Parts: sequence; structure tokens; C-alpha cells
Amino acid sequence: MKSAHSRPLDLKHGRVDLSHGAGGRAMAQLIEDLFARELGNEFLAQGDDGARLPACAGPLVMATDAHVVSPLFFPGGDIGCLSVHGTINDVAVMGARPLYLAASFVLEEGLPLADLARIVSSMAAAAREAGVPVVTGDTKVVERGKADGVFITTTGVGVRLDGVDVSGANARPGDAVLVSGPLGDHGMAIMSVRENLAFDSPIVSDTAALHDLVAALLAAVPDTRVLRDPTRGGLAATLNEIAHQSGVGIVLDEAAIPVRPAVAAACELLGLDPLDIANEGRVIVVCPASSADRALAALRAHPLGSEAARIGDIIADDRRFVQMKTRFGGRRMVDWLAGDALPRIC
Amino acid sequence: MKYVDDFRDGELARALGAAIHAEVQPCREYRLMEFCGGHTHAISRYGIADLLPPQVRLIHGPGCPVCVLPIGRIDQAIRLALAQRAILCSYGDTLRVPASDKLSLLRAKGRGADVRMVYSPLDALQVARANPAREVVFLAIGFETTTPPTAVAVKQAQAEGLANFSLLCNHVLTPAAMHAILAAPQGVQLDGFVGPAHVSTVIGSAPYEPFARDYRKPVVIAGFEPLDVMRAIQMLIRQINDGRAEVENEFTRAVTPDGNRKAQALVAEVFELRDDFEWRGLGTVPASALKLRAEFAAFDAEARFAIPYAAVPDHKACECAAILRGEKRPEECRIFGTACTPDNPVGSCMVSSEGACAAYYTYGRFREAAPVTTTTSA
Repeated sequence: MKSAHSRPLDLKHGRVDLSHGAGGRAMAQLIEDLFARELGNEFLAQGDDGARLPACAGPLVMATDAHVVSPLFFPGGDIGCLSVHGTINDVAVMGARPLYLAASFVLEEGLPLADLARIVSSMAAAAREAGVPVVTGDTKVVERGKADGVFITTTGVGVRLDGVDVSGANARPGDAVLVSGPLGDHGMAIMSVRENLAFDSPIVSDTAALHDLVAALLAAVPDTRVLRDPTRGGLAATLNEIAHQSGVGIVLDEAAIPVRPAVAAACELLGLDPLDIANEGRVIVVCPASSADRALAALRAHPLGSEAARIGDIIADDRRFVQMKTRFGGRRMVDWLAGDALPRIC
Repeated sequence: MKYVDDFRDGELARALGAAIHAEVQPCREYRLMEFCGGHTHAISRYGIADLLPPQVRLIHGPGCPVCVLPIGRIDQAIRLALAQRAILCSYGDTLRVPASDKLSLLRAKGRGADVRMVYSPLDALQVARANPAREVVFLAIGFETTTPPTAVAVKQAQAEGLANFSLLCNHVLTPAAMHAILAAPQGVQLDGFVGPAHVSTVIGSAPYEPFARDYRKPVVIAGFEPLDVMRAIQMLIRQINDGRAEVENEFTRAVTPDGNRKAQALVAEVFELRDDFEWRGLGTVPASALKLRAEFAAFDAEARFAIPYAAVPDHKACECAAILRGEKRPEECRIFGTACTPDNPVGSCMVSSEGACAAYYTYGRFREAAPVTTTTSA
């Protein structure tokens, strides 16, 4: 039978217009020719307002994340794969196996369809690689100037792994703090493009789905107490959250914290602290000190955790301070960032 | 990074710390002012105070460009952006400085002002080229370090005939501020200065001679790396112990007696002294700031727009003024860490990470209470 849409979607020169969100034929075509084609799976193929999913064995975990990154494409990724990784990671660090994703797109009128196609294709590849399908979605178009190209909100559902109890409130004095790899790659990759800073060796975002790494860790160290992905606000914000939730203090050893030389140099140049910079493929682990070596071995055995390190300890401290022994031999606080990370003037 | 890491070596720091412990006279205090916010930041960030004996007291000076900018100047910038609809280009850490009417440049942006963060005045020129139909104003702030790039931008704008570009000029002078601190009628107890790093690369070491000669205060110019700061402290302690008052240069890898003559000539070509300028904390200081010369008046936002300057008093409880003069420590301010935090700064010292209050709050707050015992670390 002949398709109802006689003129194919112009993915080369076309642009999003308001009709792509108006519920008419143009919208149906966009969904069918782009979203369904790229993201296609048995649940999406049901074609209904939502997805009918099979029963799950075990308690559920749900997380949602709105992705608004500028530029849309950056070294190491784009908003498409980022929106898949981000939500998978939020589910994974709850100690769960992610099963399904939902995706909502807010498109700005005028967005090149070629860009949208690239983004959706990257999203599909990330979902396929992670084995977590996008089972339902929605698209809206807003007038030019009312959004920044495309905003993507993804929601993930997962099932909690047996015998695992991780929470930001579980850290106890004497526990060890680990990180799965070098810090600041994502934030500085974005910043280098946004601020037009050219470095000899480009900094590449660490965006990645961490659920496999987390599953391997939890299999080796089921008594892991806290898992967190240090996204916005970086390590500093995440550790302060953990200290507050658990009512403990944290002492870091600066010399043990992995930061790539290019990231350290870029931060130096801009007057930023790598501990405040966002990551999209790293996990912070708090576990009993007696399990720390096992946890480190499990992380390092996985490609995404090959540069994992033990970076500090949980201590008793009613003030819930995060402190750091500096490489220089002094001590300082590692505080939440006030507002956004703004470069210093001189 | 290899090069700077050499100046952050923990083992060298411990050895230097031990040497300083051995050299201080146990019964006296050494009150040393680091003038620059860059030093304040390094001291806090690397935990330098932990390596020094208790006899050494570091007093944080007014060398933080954001901190000494009076409220009235930020008000002018906000007026340019909100009322005159100019595109206002500013360095990042100026955006959060609190101004009148509970505004800051960042909050003005939320109300529709077109405020853009730039890394250099040349970025502001680029904004002006890209928006020929709009007025573009660069909020020029800083000490002698940031003045030459501003002069370059003005010359460039003139060469290109960029008619929509102008400056709100707030460039200030380091020696004038040091003089104001030493000449303060209420007096200030200081035994010596850790002298500016980047500023001195431009002006050289000679302008500090009067402080050694006339005020008998030793000055040691130091780089911004933590080992530079410790070495300068050691040199100051030696001068004080010997009863000397000289200008010494620890930062010889970058600073010469005469400084950067080319930069000085460029600044002198574009700018001239203001009769006086209001500093936050120091009040009105004569001959302490620069304005554009008459030949460049076309690029002077103050001449181009109706934005008369109005001085605005600081918040009643705010001790920024006394802290900037080195009379009080941040934690001696009643609202430090309560009403005034980096998230909701009342005073300017809480805004920039170079400000004494923000540095204390962000990096050093644990010192107020008894130290906690730590378990062993990896």
C-alpha cells in the first residue's frame, strides 16, 4: 500500500516547523520516519499513548532527568546519547537494573532536521548499546526563541537488585570513598566548545551508561553503602550531599583524586576547580573500608572503571564538612559551589 | 602543568614550613598582609596556614578587583543594561556582586538585561562587531594586570571605527591602595607585605620602594603559587628579624624592577589618573584609579550615557570595609556565614573566591572549631 506521506521527510535541508508538533500529518511523519525508525522496538511499535510492559520481579526504581545542553554536539557525545546515559545512570546508582526509558522532546522551531536526526540516531545507538529501550515518548514544538534547539527529558524505570541497599544516607564513619575515573571531563569538554577554547589535545566528555559497571561492583561488594553519579556540581556537590544525608564528615586526599592533565590545565586557565565540574560517566562509591580493595578491583576490571581510585574516608563530624588534605600538605574545605562555576578574573 | 606543579610540591613545602618554624622568634607576632586576592586564594586553597607557625598572622588585603568595586559602580552597569538597553559585557566573577534594590548583574539578566560573560575585553569587541545596531559596554575592572588588555581593546575599537563600543572604566591602582592602608588615620598594625604577583609584572618592583623607605614596611613580591607565597613569607620574616625594610623580589621569573614598559606606555596613552575614586572598604582614595583620556572620550560609557555616579553605603552589619583594611578577620563579622554566605552575599568580600570572606567560608571554615580526628586515608 502506498504511504500516506507522499513527500519524504527532508532530512538534509529541512527544519522543524510548528506543524511538526501540531498533531497533524507532519507530526505523524516525523514520528514514523525518524523516531520510530531509529528507536524502534516492540513496545514503541504498539503505537498507543503509552507502553504496555511485562510484570517485573522486584521493587521498582524510577528516575527522570531533563537535558538542556549547549552546544547540542560536543566532543565525545551529544544531547541524544547524554539523555540516555544520564537517566540510566540515575537508575543504576539507586542499585537497580534499568529496564525501560521514556523520552520527551521539546523542539525549537527552525532546528535543522539533520541535527534532530543525528541526535535521535545517537540516542538510539546509546539505548541499543545499553540494552535499555525507549518504550514511549512525546514531541512538542515551540516557537523560535522559546527553547535552545532541543530539550530532552528522559524517564527511566528499573528493578532493584536483590540484597542491595544503597542510599546517600548510608555512609558511616570509617567507610572508604572511591571514584570510578578521572573527574571533570564532561564539563570541560562542553566548556572548551562553548567558550571556543582550543586545546592541543581535545578534552572528550566521559558520557557513558554505568549500569554494567555498577552491577559488577554490586556483585563483588553487595554491602556497598552509597552510589552517586557526580553530575552537576561535580564531586564537591555530590560529597556534600552525601555528608548531609548521612550526617557524617568526609576527608579527601587530593593526591589520590584522578584528574586528567588536560582537564587540570583547562581548569587552571579558567580559574575553575575540577572538583566542581560535571561528569556524565563516573560513579562515587562509599563502602566499608574492609571492602574497599574488592570494590576497587571490581571497578578497575571494567573498561569504564579502569582508572578508579580510593580518594578518601568518611569520618564522624556533626558539622558534616567535606575536607581535603591538599597535595601541598595543608587542609581545606571542599564546599558546595555558590551558583554557577564562574571563572576568576586574574 | 609540569611547570606549575613544581611550585606546588608538598615535600618542598614541608621543608620550607619547618625552616620558617625555626626562624620565627617565639614571643612575637608577624602580621603580614598579602595584598592580592590571588594570594588569598592560594593561601586558602592549598591550606598554607597549616604549614606556618602560629606566630605568623596573614591579613588579607584589598587586592580583589571585585571586592573593592563600590555598589554605586555596579548600579551604573545595571542601569546601562536595564534602562539604556546596552549589551553589558563583564568578567564572570563580577556578575554576582550585590548591588542596590537587591539586584546584581546576574539578577538584572533575569529581568531582561542583556548581560554577557567574557574572558577578555577583546571578546567584548567581538560582541560589538556582531551587534552593530546595539550599544555594547565592557565593564572594565581590575588592577594594573587587566588594564593593558583594556587599552588594547580601546585602541582596536578606535582603529576599526567601532562606534557602538564603550567602557565603564573602573581600573584601579595598587600602590595607591597600599598607601591608603598605611596612611589610614585609625592606623593599621602591619609588619610587612607579600607584594602583588601579576600586577608587579606590569609595574615592576620599583613602585613599592616608598613603602619600605617611608613607612619602614618590608615588601616581598611573590608569585601566585603556594611555594612562592611560603618563600615570600620566609623572606619577610628574615627582614623583620634583621630589622630591615626593603623591597625584595621572590617572583624573579616574571618581575623586573621596571616592569613591562610597553604595557605601561600603552596604558599611559589611553588612560589618565582620576582625581579620586571610591573604593569599597577604603573610601575615597585620591589618584587611585584611571579614566579614559579625552582623545578616547567616544569610548567612555560615563560620557556617552546619562549614568551619574551615586555612592551607596554598605549594609549596616557588613564588615567588608574593616576586613579589606585588614582590621578585622572575616569570622569577626556578625553576619559572616549566617546572613552572608557565597550563595547570598551581602558584602563584596563574600562574592569572588579571591575575597577574604569567600575564601574563609569556602576553604577554611573548619578552623573555627576544634580539629576533627581523621582516620587513615588511602
